[in-house]
Amino acid sequence: MSRVRVLVGTRKGAFVLTADGRREKWDVSGPHFGGWEIYHLKGSPADPNRIYASQSSSWFGQVIQRSSDGGQTWQTVGNKLAYEGAVGNHLWYDGTQRPFEFARVWHLEPSLNDPDTVYAGIQDAALFRTTDGGQTWRELPGLRNHPSAAAWQPGAGGMCLHTILLDPNHPGRIFIAISAAGVFRSDDDGETWRPINRGLRSEQIPDPTAEVGHCVHRIAMHPSRPNVLFMQKHWDVMRSDDAGETWKDVGGNLPTDFGFPIDVHSHEPNTVYVVPIKSDSEHYVPDAKLRVYRSRTGGHEWEALTKGLPQSHCYVNVLRDAMAVDSLDPCGVYVGTSGGQVYGSADAGDSWAPIVRDLPPVVSVEVQTLP
Amino acid sequence: MIRVVLPAHLRTLARVDREVKLDVEGKVTQRSVLDALEAGYPALRGTIRDQVTHERRAFVRFFACEQDLSQESPDDPLPEAVARGVEPFLIVGAMAGG
Repeated sequence: MSRVRVLVGTRKGAFVLTADGRREKWDVSGPHFGGWEIYHLKGSPADPNRIYASQSSSWFGQVIQRSSDGGQTWQTVGNKLAYEGAVGNHLWYDGTQRPFEFARVWHLEPSLNDPDTVYAGIQDAALFRTTDGGQTWRELPGLRNHPSAAAWQPGAGGMCLHTILLDPNHPGRIFIAISAAGVFRSDDDGETWRPINRGLRSEQIPDPTAEVGHCVHRIAMHPSRPNVLFMQKHWDVMRSDDAGETWKDVGGNLPTDFGFPIDVHSHEPNTVYVVPIKSDSEHYVPDAKLRVYRSRTGGHEWEALTKGLPQSHCYVNVLRDAMAVDSLDPCGVYVGTSGGQVYGSADAGDSWAPIVRDLPPVVSVEVQTLP
Repeated sequence: MIRVVLPAHLRTLARVDREVKLDVEGKVTQRSVLDALEAGYPALRGTIRDQVTHERRAFVRFFACEQDLSQESPDDPLPEAVARGVEPFLIVGAMAGG
């Protein structure tokens, strides 16, 4: 029977949750790297036992960990992520220019077919790549050297490159998203980039339809249909049908279209999940109810999924990397909250149950479906 | 033999017990001690000082002989008692955050 392994990054360590295909009884291991912030862990699609983790601390900086046995043991690998060439400036909160400065790795995206190749999205926004299993990292500087970079500015969480999508149908095509700059696409494996934000509208910036400056929180695709992208923006849930060339609002009947994560059902490319959050000044769920919303129509029409989720006195948030889907049938869906709960659904969101309730605040959730 | 005491998180990272003992060639300074420490324990690279500029990380402090040496030049000699291995060189996570 297939198994699932859920990789949870929290403010105080990493946890690995495993279950068989029924997804009813869970083993919990951790904390790994206790006391450190684990912004993200992700397994290689080419070798599920290979997992990479971003470990950081305000005191001791950035560490990258690698496991070759499915998260049972770990080894530190290279953590030198130095910008290449002239560093350049970006826009600061007060309108002045400020040099790019490394803060942490937000997201690790292993290659689709090589366990030793991994992309890293960092704060201040840049994209790095290793091809030797994390021992050495090199920036793909074409992104940070884009002429628009001086106009990129940090969102409330810092100026982070938080999303990396590798297109399985178009070798060399990469989508990334930066808060707050927007979405960029490369068609040459990261050498050159162009912003793809046409159709976005952000009232929080001087020119609401500017080419860059949008606070995109997360983008998602279904691998069978990589030209269709879904986006949770600071406000607005958006969709593109042309690989990001144009975007349209599909927020429809959502109670609020502010939020962080967005993901796509593993077998239904038109089924999308979001977690609406009350507002950008409150950062908790509306009406004190944790509701995952599902659209089976690729947007516009959304239904609240509530069975098994707290429906009173609930004031949690779900961060941008804290939702994942497995590829079992029925599709499993997982969300991690700022309150330390990880909820799982083994029926595509119809019903939910807590896997763990009292972890440190959850930053990221990824899932691996294992044979 | 130079004795170095690491904070708990870095001991875990380096997989060592409380105190590390290092051979340091030549003048015993912050720089030569940290060079030897990072050579012996590569997992610590970047956690105490920046890998490019070699500047001390903001929330890391260096103590020895009941003195705060954090603001001293990395090339100043460390106290004689540290150089002779009588007293340890302490690497400390700054008190911050409550």
